Amino acid sequence: MAWTWFHRLASPPHVYALSARLTPWFAWPAGALILAGLYGGLVLAPADYQQGDGFRIIYVHAPSAWMSLMVYVTMAVSAAVGLIWRMKIAHAAAASCALIGASFTVAALVTGSLWGRPMWGTYWEWDPRLTSELILLFLYMGYIALRSAIDDVQRADRASGLLAVVGVVNVPIIHYSVLWWNSLHQAPSVMKLAKPEMPAAMLVPLLMMLCGFTLYFVALLLVRLRGEILRRERSASWIREALAE
Amino acid sequence: MSTSALQAAWLILARDLRLAVRRRGQFVQPLAFFAIVTTLFPLSISPELARLREIASGVLWVAALLAALLALEFLFRDDARDGTLEQYALSGQSLTWLVFAKTTAHWLLTGVPLALMAPLAGLSLGVPYAALAGIIAPIALGTLVLSLIGAIGAALTLGVRRSGVLLTLLTLPLAMPVLIFGAQATDLAIRGASFAAPLYLLSAMAVLGVTLAPLAASAAVRISLE
Repeated sequence: MAWTWFHRLASPPHVYALSARLTPWFAWPAGALILAGLYGGLVLAPADYQQGDGFRIIYVHAPSAWMSLMVYVTMAVSAAVGLIWRMKIAHAAAASCALIGASFTVAALVTGSLWGRPMWGTYWEWDPRLTSELILLFLYMGYIALRSAIDDVQRADRASGLLAVVGVVNVPIIHYSVLWWNSLHQAPSVMKLAKPEMPAAMLVPLLMMLCGFTLYFVALLLVRLRGEILRRERSASWIREALAE
Repeated sequence: MSTSALQAAWLILARDLRLAVRRRGQFVQPLAFFAIVTTLFPLSISPELARLREIASGVLWVAALLAALLALEFLFRDDARDGTLEQYALSGQSLTWLVFAKTTAHWLLTGVPLALMAPLAGLSLGVPYAALAGIIAPIALGTLVLSLIGAIGAALTLGVRRSGVLLTLLTLPLAMPVLIFGAQATDLAIRGASFAAPLYLLSAMAVLGVTLAPLAASAAVRISLE
């Protein structure tokens, strides 16, 4: 009984309808939180005593970097669900995650290097966090490339799903080896923000942005998932009925 | 079913080694590639040994990684083409053990020769004799990890068009930790310091790879054979 909701998630028509119904519940709060967070971060928060107004890019950079990792984990978890329970919808969700995650990673890299210009004096510094972000982008690219190289949808699902699971085991190892690599090779960079606790006026907008980005990702995932279902089930009869409504 | 998993793995290891002796060309190619790539650096940077010594660890490692990657394509390809791999999957033996045996054979045929050849290239780049152990041991361990990780990618890209580039894209990001600590070990050895710490980390990765990678690689083989 308690698992009925889970079993129903295996049915494409059910998920198609459900995601249509859920999308606004995530999209509107996401929009509201991001707008409020941007106002709080760009207007209300005081300028940083060292970085001036330059620090404000954190309100886009940190949530993007956070999302780039979270989307990868989401992708790997749904791929694992797909591999273990042979659930096609889970594979469709994993496939929809890839491009979103790659875009967040690019956003984190671009904002990171824009931030680096005033702080470090160059657009690119081999900062450990930026470097592991770059490797994460390569992991996403590998996943997308493997999917597109295999024509058969089922095989592409299972092969790329396995890759995502292997990747998520490796992500922490890669992250810590890059951190270690840099701390041994190079003197501590300018990035040391002399960690005083962030005052609430700065922190609250950041948390709002984090929640807003997360909700935005869910909304985006639901929309992409519907597209993915439409593409996979294009010859099914329920699609005609659903679209006729 | 009288053959145990270990016996079967041993038989496959012996078979792959015997096959390699009869098809030498395939396994000489990565070595030649390694030699050529390490020659490019003195020609493109400078013949001064002092400058070359600075970059020697990076040159050796990047060349070794690329050469080992080049050889990965052969890991399952021929066996998949003539149906041997399918027979392995149907044999009732644990495919994980069989894949592990194939991977070990592949490492013995590419990684170990590369590790033995790297000191020669190292000497030509001005590396002192005392540092040669710091080249052989990390490269031998690092190529083992690369073979294990690469087996997953090689299995996933079986039967895919233009699989070479794809294999690189799948494997290299996962192999970054190996490169980081391997090159660090070699660099420390060239500077005359102890390279034990990064070598231990490489060994830890090798242990993790030996335990987990064959599971993933055999699952990947099954997916590709479907």
